[in-house]
Amino acid sequence: MLIFIARRLGIMLLTAFVLTFVVFFLTNLPPNLEKLARSEGSVRMSDESVTAWIEQNGHGGSVLTRYGQWLGMVPGWVLTDEKGVTRGRCIAQRQDPAEASRFCGILQGDWGNSTFFKKAVLPSLGEKLGATGWLMLWVMIVMVPTALVIGVVSGMREGTRTDRALSTFSIASTATPEYVSGVILVALFASPVTGLSPILAEWGWIDGKTLFLGAASPDKITFWSFTLPVLTIALYGIGYIARMTRASMTEVMTAQYIRTARLKGVSFGQVVIRHALRNALIAPFTVIMLQFPWLLNGVVIVETLFNYKGFGWTLVQAAGNNDINLLLGCSVVAVFVVLVTQLISDIGYVFLNPRIRIS
Amino acid sequence: MTDTTWDPSKPILEIDHLSISFFTRLREIPAVMDFSCTVMAGEAMGLVGESGCGKSTVALAVMRDLGKNGRITGGSIKFKGRNLTTMNDEELRHIRGSEIAMIYQEPMASLNPAMKIGAQLAEVPMIHSGMSKAEAWKLARQIVADVRLPDPDRIINAYPHQLSGGQQQRIVIAMALMAKPALLILDEPTTALDVTVEAGIVDLVKDLGEKYGTSMLFISHNLGLVMDVCDRICVMYSGEAVETGAVKEVFDVMRHPYTQALFRSIPLPGADKNARPLISIPGNFPLPHERPPGCNFGPRCDYFQQGRCDAGDIPMDPVPGGDRHETRCLRWTEIDWAAPPARRAVKTKAPIGKVVLKMEDLKKYYSVSTGAFGGGMTKVVKANETLSFEARQGETLAIVGESGCGKSTFAKVLMGLETATSGSIMLFDENVQSTPIQKRNTDVVSSVQMVFQNPFDTLNPSMTVGRQIIRALEIFKYGNSDEDRRNRMLELLDLVKLPRAFADRMPRQLSGGQKQRVGIARAFAGGAKVVVADEPVSALDVSVQAAVTDLLMDIQRENGTTLLFISHDLSIVRYLSDRVMVMYLGHVVEMGTTDQVFQPPYHPYTEALLSAVPIADTKVERKRIVLEGDIPSAMNPPPGCPFQTRCRWKSKVPGNRCETEMPGVRTLAGGHQIKCHLSTEVLQQMEPVIKVAAE
Repeated sequence: MLIFIARRLGIMLLTAFVLTFVVFFLTNLPPNLEKLARSEGSVRMSDESVTAWIEQNGHGGSVLTRYGQWLGMVPGWVLTDEKGVTRGRCIAQRQDPAEASRFCGILQGDWGNSTFFKKAVLPSLGEKLGATGWLMLWVMIVMVPTALVIGVVSGMREGTRTDRALSTFSIASTATPEYVSGVILVALFASPVTGLSPILAEWGWIDGKTLFLGAASPDKITFWSFTLPVLTIALYGIGYIARMTRASMTEVMTAQYIRTARLKGVSFGQVVIRHALRNALIAPFTVIMLQFPWLLNGVVIVETLFNYKGFGWTLVQAAGNNDINLLLGCSVVAVFVVLVTQLISDIGYVFLNPRIRIS
Repeated sequence: MTDTTWDPSKPILEIDHLSISFFTRLREIPAVMDFSCTVMAGEAMGLVGESGCGKSTVALAVMRDLGKNGRITGGSIKFKGRNLTTMNDEELRHIRGSEIAMIYQEPMASLNPAMKIGAQLAEVPMIHSGMSKAEAWKLARQIVADVRLPDPDRIINAYPHQLSGGQQQRIVIAMALMAKPALLILDEPTTALDVTVEAGIVDLVKDLGEKYGTSMLFISHNLGLVMDVCDRICVMYSGEAVETGAVKEVFDVMRHPYTQALFRSIPLPGADKNARPLISIPGNFPLPHERPPGCNFGPRCDYFQQGRCDAGDIPMDPVPGGDRHETRCLRWTEIDWAAPPARRAVKTKAPIGKVVLKMEDLKKYYSVSTGAFGGGMTKVVKANETLSFEARQGETLAIVGESGCGKSTFAKVLMGLETATSGSIMLFDENVQSTPIQKRNTDVVSSVQMVFQNPFDTLNPSMTVGRQIIRALEIFKYGNSDEDRRNRMLELLDLVKLPRAFADRMPRQLSGGQKQRVGIARAFAGGAKVVVADEPVSALDVSVQAAVTDLLMDIQRENGTTLLFISHDLSIVRYLSDRVMVMYLGHVVEMGTTDQVFQPPYHPYTEALLSAVPIADTKVERKRIVLEGDIPSAMNPPPGCPFQTRCRWKSKVPGNRCETEMPGVRTLAGGHQIKCHLSTEVLQQMEPVIKVAAE
C-alpha cells in the first residue's frame, strides 16, 4: 500500500514538473514579456528600452534558469544598476539586499505578485479557490445523486419507455455545452424581459424582476443566486454520469447472479436495491472522480458567465491581462487538483471492489 | 407453502406438448417443439443433448424466466397440478426459490460478488417464510454444514471470491435447499468443475435428493453423469425430445438412431483409436431456423429414407415392454439395433520413432506478491517441480491433471511463452530452455505449435479463415510467393477436411468444430513436429469431439507428429494416448504407458481420478472414491508428499513419512514410474477401479 502510494506520488511530482514547465515556457515567450514590459513600464517605450527592461527585471537569460528561479531551486536574480541600487527577485522594496534570502520560488511559498490585481498571488488564489470550492460542493451535491438515480432507474429496465425518456434527457444534457445551457437558463429564468420571469412578475408571484439571479457572489450564497450557475455545470455532468451508471446497471442486470436472485423469489425492487446497486456503482465511482478536474474546466465558463469571482474567473482575468505569475499559480493548482483526484480514485477503487485486493 | 390439495402419487412436474419460441426482429425462432415429460415425486430426470438442443430453455421455461423475447407458444407446464404457464408474477415469485429451486452452471457468476454468503443464503427463508434475520442466519449455517463445507462459521461470513469453485457450487446447492423445495433444477451443475470435485458434488446431490425426497431435473451433456444421478432420461435433439425412458433401458436398448450415434461417438472403455475408432456423427447440428422437414436428425441419420422420414412431423411412439419408453422415430421397428456399425475403418498404428523432445529436471517458479497494492509479502509458487520425460516421434503423450496442477504452465514453458527457472528442454538436440519465443528462430517456432482450448476466442474475428492460415505461413517464412502460400493454405484445408470454399469465410460463420479444425490447420502450417494440444476438444460437443480427435490422430499418423495432449478428460486420454503423465500440484506423480496407468498398481491420486470419471456404460462397475477437501493452494503446498492431505492410503505407510518426506521417483516393471511411499506389496494389492462386466 505504502509503496504503491509512494510510487504514485513520484509519478505525480514528475508530471507536475513537466506540466508546469510547459506552462512556464508558454507564458514566458518573448512576445508575452514584451507586452509585460510595455504594461509595467510605459506603452511608448522604444524597442531597445523594452529589451533593457526585460533584462533588468530578471526576465532575461535561459528559460531553464528562470524556471528554476520560479520554482525556487536556483538562486533568484540580483542586479545592481548604474545608480548603485541593488534589486533582485527575492529582495522586497526598501529591504537591505544582504538580508534577503537567496532562493524564493513556489517551493519557498513565494508565488510572486499579480501584476493585474496588485496583490500577492498565493493568498488571493486561496481565497478564489475557496469560493470555487463552494460552487463545486453544491454542484456535486446536486449532480451525483441526480445522475445516479437517473442512471439506475433507466438501467434497471433496459429498453422501456422510462429508460428511453431518461436516456434522451441524459444525451441531450451532456451534448449541450455550458456556454449554451448557461445562456438558455439565464434567458429563461433570469431575464426581466424574456422567459418566465416577466410572466411571473406580471402575475405577482415573484417580488423582484427575475425568478433567479443572473449573477452570483461568493459572499452571499443563496438559493436564488446559486441555482443557475450550479445547474449549468451540473447538467452536463448529470447526463454523462447517468449514461455511465445506466451502462453499468444494464450490464449488472443481465448478470447471472441477478437471475439467481430473481429465481430465488426476490421481488424486483429488492433485486435492484440489494443485489444490483452496489455492483453497479463501482464503475461510475471512477467517472465521478474524473469529473473533478473537468469541473475546474466547467467553472471557467460559468464563473465568467455569472460573474462569480472564483478560480475560473481569476484564470480568465489572468490570461486576458497577461498576468504571468497568477497564470502560473493557477496552473500549479489545476495540476495538483487533477493528480490528487486521480490518486484518490485509484485508491478508492481498490477499497470499493473487494475482488481487486487479492489479485 | 405446500399446496395441501396436491396428491403425492401424481407427478410433481408435468410438461405437456410444450413449445417455446424466441422472437427476434427478423423471425420467430422455435427453440423447443412438442416437448413432453413427467417427473414423479422423488424421481430424478436427466435431460441430455448437445449445446443448442433446447435443454436449458426447457429448464428456464419451468422457472418461467425466458427473458423478454422468449415466449411459450403452446402446451402447458403443470407443477403439482397447477399450471405454471398462466401464473402471474406474484404467484411465480412465491414458487421460485421455495418450491422450485435451480442450480446453475457457473457458480462464480451465480453468486453476488458484493454480498456475504450468509446474507445470500438467509434471504431465501426471509422472503418465503418471513423468518427473522437471526434465525435465517442460523439456518444458513446449518445448511452450509449440511452440504459438507468445512468451518461453516467462516464461510457464511465470506465473500464468494474467497471460496474455491467447488465450494461455491456447494453454496449454490445450499441456497437451493434453504427452502426445502419439491423440485430442483440442475443446469449443468458440474461442467465448470474438476472431475474429483464433480464426484463430490454428484454424491452430495444424490444424498440430499434421498434425504429430502426432492425431485430433480438434471440437465447435462455428460451421459455418464446422467447415468450416475438419474432414474429416467430424456434425450433431446434440435429442440425435440427424441427418446425418453428409464436410464438403464435407454442406455442398453436404445431405440433412436441419434441416441445410438451419440453412444458410438463417446470414448467408452474398450474403444481404441486403431482397432475400434470412434464414429462421429456426420454433418452439423441444424440451426433453429433451418431445420429440415420431418425428422430433424434425418440428414445425419444412417437409416434415413427419403419420402418417409422427411414427409411430415413425427410423433413420439411408445416402445412396448418398456417403462414409459418412447422414441421419435418412424423406422425404429425396422432397424436392426444389434448390428455392428458399418463404417468402422480399422487403422494401423504409426511406428514410434526417435526421441524428439526431452525434458530434464524442469522447474518453473513464479513469485507473487500478496498485498493489495503490489506490496506485501512475496511468495513463491512452484508451478512445475522437477519435470523429466521424453517424447518420441509419432507418439501421443497425455498430460492429465486437475486445474492448477501445472499442466498449462508446462505448455507455456515448452512453447517459450515463459522461460523455465532451471532444467533443460532438448528439442532435436537443441536446448531451448531459456530461449523465449521472441528469440527462437523460425524453424523452432514452426516445429513446436499449439492447438488451443477455446476455438471461439483464438481466431481473429476480422480476418478470413484463409488469411489467418496464410498469415501463419508468412511468419514461418514458407514459400516464395503469395501463390505458393495460397496453394499451401488450400492443402491445409484439405488436410483438416474442410471444404476449400471456407478460405473466404469469416470465423463467425463457422461452427465450433470447424473453428477448431482451422486452429489445427494453423498449428500444422509450418510442418510442426511437436504439437501441444491444450484441451483441444473440451469446449466442443461430444459428437464433434470424436471427429476432431480422429482428425488429430490422422494427421499424426501421416506426419509422424509428436502430440502432447493436455486434458482432464480421462476417457479421451485412454482412447487416444500411448503414454500418460499424471500431474498433481506441479509434480508428475505417475507416468507410464496408457495400460500401465489405467491398470493397478496406481498412484493413489490416479486411482481417485479414475474413479471420479463418470462412464456412460451400464456394464461398467466403478469403485467410488471421493476425495475430501480441495486441491491445496500451490502458494502454500503441504509438507512432504503433495497429495498426503487427501490420500486414502496414507495409513498404509509406516511412520509419518508422507507428511515429512517428498517421495522420490520409483520405477516399477516396464518403465512405469510412480512417486509414492507405498510399499511394493501394498501397490500389488490394489484392485482395478473400473471393471467391465462380462457380456
